[in-house]
Amino acid sequence: MQALRNILDRVHPYFAKGGVLEKAYPMYEALDTFLYTPGETTKKVTHVRDGIDLKRMMSMVVLSLIPVTLFGMWNAGYQANQAIEKMEQAGAPYEFDWHHTVQTAIGLGHDPTSFIDNFAYGAIHFLPIYIVCMFVGGHIELVFSVLRGHEINEGFLVTGLLFPLTLPASIPLWQVAVGIAFGVIVAKEVFGGTGRNFLNVALTARAFLYFAHAGQISGDQIWTAVDGFSGATALGQMAVAEGNAVASLSAIQYPWGEGSISLGSAFLGTIQGSIGETSTLLCIVGAAILIAAGIGSWKIMAAVVGGTVVTTLLMNALDFGSNPMFAVPFYWHLSVGGLAFGLVFMATDPVSASMTDTGKWIYGGLIGFMTVLIRVVNPAFPEGIMLAILFGNVFAPLIDYFVVEANVKRRAARYATT
Amino acid sequence: MLNSKASKVLFGPILDNNPIALQILGICSALAVTTSLQVSLVMSLAVIAVIACSNVAVSAIRQYIPGSIRIIVQMVVIASLVIVVDQVLKAFVYDISKQLSVFVGLIITNCIVMGRAEGFAMKNGVFMSFLDGLGNGVGYSFVLLFVAFFRELFGSGSLFGYTLMELDRNGGWYNPNNMMLLPPSAFFLIGFLIWAIRAYKPEQIEEA
Repeated sequence: MQALRNILDRVHPYFAKGGVLEKAYPMYEALDTFLYTPGETTKKVTHVRDGIDLKRMMSMVVLSLIPVTLFGMWNAGYQANQAIEKMEQAGAPYEFDWHHTVQTAIGLGHDPTSFIDNFAYGAIHFLPIYIVCMFVGGHIELVFSVLRGHEINEGFLVTGLLFPLTLPASIPLWQVAVGIAFGVIVAKEVFGGTGRNFLNVALTARAFLYFAHAGQISGDQIWTAVDGFSGATALGQMAVAEGNAVASLSAIQYPWGEGSISLGSAFLGTIQGSIGETSTLLCIVGAAILIAAGIGSWKIMAAVVGGTVVTTLLMNALDFGSNPMFAVPFYWHLSVGGLAFGLVFMATDPVSASMTDTGKWIYGGLIGFMTVLIRVVNPAFPEGIMLAILFGNVFAPLIDYFVVEANVKRRAARYATT
Repeated sequence: MLNSKASKVLFGPILDNNPIALQILGICSALAVTTSLQVSLVMSLAVIAVIACSNVAVSAIRQYIPGSIRIIVQMVVIASLVIVVDQVLKAFVYDISKQLSVFVGLIITNCIVMGRAEGFAMKNGVFMSFLDGLGNGVGYSFVLLFVAFFRELFGSGSLFGYTLMELDRNGGWYNPNNMMLLPPSAFFLIGFLIWAIRAYKPEQIEEA
């Protein structure tokens, strides 16, 4: 280890001010501080509180994402292998692509009961998406950091992991590249880089793909990575249901006949969907890590859940039978779709969320309210959490402003100053 | 041919003082009519004609316009010119005029036309006003065509209606970016253009 430190110290003069590679200092700095604790110490009075920095914070978020990521890989493979097996039995036509070639090349098959087969097939889908995302986004970040002389930090590790987790396993890789490029440039670098974005970067990238290439990110053909498969997701099925929306989940049309989604499988996450968002249970595990580490705000999470529950109860009360989505109970809303993933990992993004304590409750409640509103009332979009969080991000500074103003007024009144 | 002041009046509005990129005027039509280059070109020509002619007309009668009703007089001049342009378009390029629909009529409310009449033509001679109208019209057209170029290329895979990239739904390879067909994409493109211009001319950056 000392040898590595020595190498880094030996090349340091080249990157320091006045050195030949001065322009590339951010790259050196990023590698150095990634491998070792930064050498700088506090120059002024001592910190009383824990000196948590961006690096530790972002690393904790990545840590909390590991359970959903691993499960997402297994589930993507499981969904695909299950579909392949059932379509084979039913004689439905499907096609293999290069993912299958890789899977057979490493000596694995498509047995949905085999953990290894599922995990490997999911990883073969997820890892290329992740690598493309990190490569493209990381290089854009690098170019801007070098041009502006900023540090490269771990912030992109989080964005670069969140974004692939919100995508379907069957997404074309060029779209991943286009999406993350748009997200990093427009949502982050335009506004000055890490910590200055007012929108969540990963969600901006996803929203761009959602509107630009809707065919590959919505619909019932894309969530399971088997060419030729079609089958609605839980929310997609409920949105088009006639009569009882929840009851319709027991008769979803798949190429091999009817199948069903139960509340239990929706909660555990063994259903089709975007790679990382299906398991509500593991999102709760992630939430526990974030709250325990003091990074994610439990107030925002609680407020989103509260907003969702209250709005759903309101919708249930307003149900006149015209739209079956009105009657869907809140525990279904919380289990299906990306709501759990969004509220734990996206809504709590400390940069784009509200800062004030009161503001956090309002901000979270607004997101929960908008999510249910979009899901229930808007027939064009089955899922609403992405747009709801972006909507909340836009309002967060305004909410903070009014909370602060109200506090100033209250205190002014207390002291009867003019 | 032109002295330095005249050339400044004519060419200034293209980059140095662009009505859309710097003054942020006339954004609405830049969102509405820029899905294809052909339509944008016709719209640009219509706006150039209206600004140049209205500037000339307002400048010519500026000594006789009572200050208290000058806005109404300018509106009457602009509205008459827009009706003329609308009729010409209907007579000669009916299809495009149908695509432009209300946006030709809405040139009347385009802030750039009104702004130049009030801000320049009321104080300057006829020839200078003509150059100013022409310059601002060209500055507007520059942004419009820039936006339309990217929106048509990436949204429909074509330029001026000629297919450059065969769409996948027609058996080609290009998967079109549907966002480019939606108005918000024009906001992004204008934003990128403003970014580029201000990186090139940092003096345009407002103080925060």
